[in-house]
Amino acid sequence: MARAVSTRAKIGWTIAAWAVALLIFFPILYTIITSFKSETEAIAGFSLIPSGTLESYSEVQSQYNYFKPFMNSVIISVGSTLIALAVAIPAAWSMAFSPTKHTKDILMWMLSTKMMPAVAVLVPMYLIFRDWNLLDSRIGLTIMLMLINLPIVVWMLYTYFREIPGEILEAARMDGATLWGEIVYVLTPMAVPGIASTLLLNIILAWNEAFWTIRLTTTEAAPLTAFITSFSSPQGLFWAKLSAASTLAIAPILIMGWFSQKQLVRGLTFGAVK
Amino acid sequence: MATRQTGTLARFMMAPSVILLLIWMVVPLAMTLWFSFQNYNLLDPTQTGFAGLFNYRFFYSDPAFFQSIWNTLVIVVGVLLITVIGGIALALLIDQPIFGQGLVRILVISPFFVMPPVAALVWKNMIMHPQYGVFADIAKFFGLQPIDWFGQHPLLSIVIIVAWQWLPFATLILLTALQSLDGEQKEAAEMDGAGFVSRFIHLTLPHMARAITVVILIQTIFLLSVYAEILVTTNGGPGYASTNLPFLIYRTALLGYDVGGASAGGIIAVVLANIVALFLMRAVGKNLDK
Amino acid sequence: MKLRTLILGLCSASALAFAANAESITIATVNKGDMVRMQKLTDDFTAKNPDIQLQWVTLEENVLRERVTTDIATKGGQYDVVTIGNYEVPIWAKQGWLLSLDKLGADYDVDDILPAIRGGLSLDGKLYAAPFYGESAMIMYRTDLMEKAGLKMPEKPTWEFIGDAARKMTDRANGINGICLRGKAGWGENMAFLTAMDNSFGGRWFDEKWQPQFDQPEWKNTLDTYVKLMKDAGPEGASSNGFNENLTLFQQGKCGMWIDATVAASFVSDPKNSTVADKVGFAIFPDTGNGNHGNWLWSWNLAVPASSQKADAAQKFVSWATSKGYTDLVASKEGWTNAPPGTRTSLYNNEEYKKAAAFAGPTLAAMNAADITKPSVKPVPYTGGQFVAIPEFQGLGTTVGQLFSAALAGQSSVDDALAAAQTAATREMTRAKYIK
Repeated sequence: MARAVSTRAKIGWTIAAWAVALLIFFPILYTIITSFKSETEAIAGFSLIPSGTLESYSEVQSQYNYFKPFMNSVIISVGSTLIALAVAIPAAWSMAFSPTKHTKDILMWMLSTKMMPAVAVLVPMYLIFRDWNLLDSRIGLTIMLMLINLPIVVWMLYTYFREIPGEILEAARMDGATLWGEIVYVLTPMAVPGIASTLLLNIILAWNEAFWTIRLTTTEAAPLTAFITSFSSPQGLFWAKLSAASTLAIAPILIMGWFSQKQLVRGLTFGAVK
Repeated sequence: MATRQTGTLARFMMAPSVILLLIWMVVPLAMTLWFSFQNYNLLDPTQTGFAGLFNYRFFYSDPAFFQSIWNTLVIVVGVLLITVIGGIALALLIDQPIFGQGLVRILVISPFFVMPPVAALVWKNMIMHPQYGVFADIAKFFGLQPIDWFGQHPLLSIVIIVAWQWLPFATLILLTALQSLDGEQKEAAEMDGAGFVSRFIHLTLPHMARAITVVILIQTIFLLSVYAEILVTTNGGPGYASTNLPFLIYRTALLGYDVGGASAGGIIAVVLANIVALFLMRAVGKNLDK
Repeated sequence: MKLRTLILGLCSASALAFAANAESITIATVNKGDMVRMQKLTDDFTAKNPDIQLQWVTLEENVLRERVTTDIATKGGQYDVVTIGNYEVPIWAKQGWLLSLDKLGADYDVDDILPAIRGGLSLDGKLYAAPFYGESAMIMYRTDLMEKAGLKMPEKPTWEFIGDAARKMTDRANGINGICLRGKAGWGENMAFLTAMDNSFGGRWFDEKWQPQFDQPEWKNTLDTYVKLMKDAGPEGASSNGFNENLTLFQQGKCGMWIDATVAASFVSDPKNSTVADKVGFAIFPDTGNGNHGNWLWSWNLAVPASSQKADAAQKFVSWATSKGYTDLVASKEGWTNAPPGTRTSLYNNEEYKKAAAFAGPTLAAMNAADITKPSVKPVPYTGGQFVAIPEFQGLGTTVGQLFSAALAGQSSVDDALAAAQTAATREMTRAKYIK
């Protein structure tokens, strides 16, 4: 069915598409390039060829102990997603396979909790965290991010589970499988891709969350978002260090993102576009 | 498929999620509502007591209030226009036969995965900086005066940064929808002699209508609470030029330490968000009925 | 039998106490050069106090204030040592939010602290914060550019002279701006400068009945002069430039003059970071012929929140960081010019310091000339030179700072900015019940 397209047209479109793509990607590219410059180089003027020095990277670690916020980001992103999965898998399972007349309402209600503006509950949350000693703690932040992303996790799993054909489960049951056997031997292998996709997308969303992670932390639990925010007006020259810190902060998520395009579409449109 | 046995079990399995979200939604919101009717200033413990509607009136009469509502709308509408129109254009472009389509897609979706503080700082310091930024270098190359983006056009600068971050999202969604357009229908239209524009208006666009709606609604939810980009670049200024409603509330709470006023503002923000939510729920709800 | 139990009890008690002493304290500080330097020198402290570990929170000034104030006001207890200004100290001490510093050690010599500074940090005779460095404001200028413009800096320059000199020194084609001034919004950023400038123009923030004075001719003159001067002779994007940004500009040779905190003097004279280190001159803050040179007096201080669980360890650190020993340490490692200025009389009597730092004299003179109890030539109901020592000031000052920053950026006219400031200030002061 593929129509023959003239090579000239193809080259034309290719050039156009690549030009636009590079323009869009340029800020990221320039940041990566600048991270390999020294400070005096970075301030000297526009240049696409860095000297290739690693001094900015080493300074970011030696002057600011970069490793700590990085580990914090990892822990709270992965932690909050795992806890969310633990809570959401049973819920999505029951809603997908035993829907009641309330299922739709419950799902819509969960969606609505995601729409509450964070800023509206800033003060109560701050006070609650303070009273329970959760300020600047990784546990507190993990719980917070889990709550924020729970609706998306439930929704995503729900849409994946709904696609699993019911007949297979019925066949297993007729073969005498117990409920537990049903879950472990039949359902899980079919659900694993969906769960993995949900995991991936939510780690990305938790990593990039830039409100609560900034407002509820100071030193101990500050993840990369808070760390980078502290670079907004430092004394002295800082462009190369900023670039190094930024590159390290976005690199893992960029790579994960490249592999999770489909999950992004499904997860963030709540299944409306597939 | 539901049996009575699985019915109770099902409710049991849903319980943790529902309870957690219920607590998360109700408790802080109730506290905010309570605070909004109190005199509560963190810096001045002598101010206490019931304030009635004073906080609401004070927040409402703040000269910054209407400006912040306007700015919020400008950010939302501005970013939506750029991302939807740009997204459609980009989706059409990427859908063409090109070499290295996969790589192009990767480059185009990258900005979405950059965390907001990084995006804002990179744009502020490396691109838009009037002394050292790339835009300044380009201007100087053409002999023009570099533009002071955050001083002269603060809101526009924020819109540009946020649009850059969300364009990939719109493009990806719209591209997915575009690629689900049946190839046969396209060919049939072409063979009937329909030109590109006519095909676009009568075939492509209606097919993408649902995806466009979803993009608009999902983005609106997130755009209503743009925060980190403003915090890291303009801090709402100069004046109130780039203060949106969330930022105004944050300022009232953490710069003015006026918990009562900030809570009143928060309730107003919740009301606004719910209005948008109503529309989104209807659109997504339709999907559930399929 | 009893003796044995007693000894055993004492041993275990002291063992527990020793274990409890291996503690870590969290210090909140600003990302300014002197503080960054202090962080690098903490090996000296940990060598003397091996059981105390230091955790640092280093933030930009506005952010730091916000975090620390929120934490202290909500009794969050996240910090054991906080870096605050002489604005916060009297207000917080009165609220009972700070501990009085009575465990600073025998050889701390609290009487050595400059009286003007010490007065601002004490309540009822007790010291509530120890000064890390103190400053006033002065003019730093490029001697070579001044010469090139054919001018000589007078001993007591007026704003007229400064305006003229700045315009003559401006050479935008070669990247030279006649004058760099703060434009970034914040009560401690642009408003510190503008408040001092308004003082020198004969103005004030409030009259005796706490009515805001933005509708008076002095504030109009101040803002008009400032905006016009920056338009003719200031750098691009000035409305985003705070102390740090202007410091970088001056060090890179892009400013003919810079009127800012005296603490900058050591940084612009440091050949390691400044390309114009040997071409800097100093002069007193300009006036309009009325003898009021702004009255800028500021100190960054270390204090211990009342909610801290580790008060003793915290006080040990505060004592170390603000002692004469620390000054000697900095001098030995980085030279006398980098010693934290403006806190102790002994520093300004030190011959080596006076020899090494050309700015020592002007700095001390500026600090001694500043009177924060009488900031304006007109009577005022408040104290504070480049700020107003009331709790509402940080919110109000930042709001007004945003409005004036907009005027600088050309986003609003000077008159509109002043009118908006007047409205905002009247609203806030009425609400806080200053205006009856």
